[in-house]
Amino acid sequence: MSFINYSNREINCKIVYYGPGLGGKTTNVEHIYENTPENIRGKMIKLATQTERTLYFDFLPLPLGEIRGFKARFYLYTVPGQVFYYASRKLILKDVDGIVFVADSQIDRMEANQASLDNMRADLREYGYDPDKIPLVMQYNKRDLPDAAPVEDLSRILNERGFPEFEAVATTGAGVLETLKAIARLVLRELQAGATR
Amino acid sequence: MAVQLVMYDEEHQKVLEVCGRLCQEANASVVFVIDKNGQLIASAGETNRLDSTSLASLVAGEIAATGGLAQLMGEKEFSTLFHEGVKDHIHISIVASRVILVVIFDSRSSLGLVRLRVRKRSEELGRIFEELSRRSSHRPSPLAEITDEDIDNLFSV
Repeated sequence: MSFINYSNREINCKIVYYGPGLGGKTTNVEHIYENTPENIRGKMIKLATQTERTLYFDFLPLPLGEIRGFKARFYLYTVPGQVFYYASRKLILKDVDGIVFVADSQIDRMEANQASLDNMRADLREYGYDPDKIPLVMQYNKRDLPDAAPVEDLSRILNERGFPEFEAVATTGAGVLETLKAIARLVLRELQAGATR
Repeated sequence: MAVQLVMYDEEHQKVLEVCGRLCQEANASVVFVIDKNGQLIASAGETNRLDSTSLASLVAGEIAATGGLAQLMGEKEFSTLFHEGVKDHIHISIVASRVILVVIFDSRSSLGLVRLRVRKRSEELGRIFEELSRRSSHRPSPLAEITDEDIDNLFSV
């Protein structure tokens, strides 16, 4: 849910990076953090286990610049991908404005991608969203791995609704900022459309 | 689904006033009002010594987790949380089921005093936010005037 503050002239939106465990959600957000100028970026918070697996969420406040005199600020969250963190994953999804689904391109992770997607769609429905209409961008991560499935297959299996899709290698940053820009655009357009409805 | 909370300057000033009064009456170091989504709405007191953006998201996460626990136990919500530190303590409460009131205090105050003052000012804040939620859905949003070009310009740098 976006929050518009006329007093501070700020528009705040929440974007969630969702997807199966070890898919690269945190790596995406880390790349964004590292590539945001130090003087404007906020602090990145990681609530992780000792082995660097996300336990609850990662959080990065990201100022994007001004739009019609309002400072656009995006709050990026990642969810814990592991199956048994279902309850906390669902909590992070509440009041979301846009989602980046980070799919793992490796063939043997296809089932995990599908399960995570189903999980997300069910939770969105429970929160009153239409999972077919929410601003969402598909990211096929780990394109550099030898066992990466062809994009056409990923698209056919995971993206039959035709959301914008991007290939990425989050470890090198390829495709990460493109994905972020795409979701930020979709969120603002949705808010704009909502405001005129 | 584009639900928006739109807050005008006048309401923001009212929230700031309540925060300021609570901070003074409770002898608190800092008072924050945070959206349940983790966005900072208003603050009063010694805010400079804290990273308020991080604090807001962590408190919202904590409230969300506690809400999950409450549901598991068949409770509607656990409306108050308290953390006791060596020097500083944090009192966290949910106001009108929609915003979070955070009071940080040290030995200059006490839990009893904070609870008493929070209760009183929560009612006031609750009224402001109930009114604001009601009005938000009828308000023209600044986003209605934004063009596709404005959005593209945001990314042209």
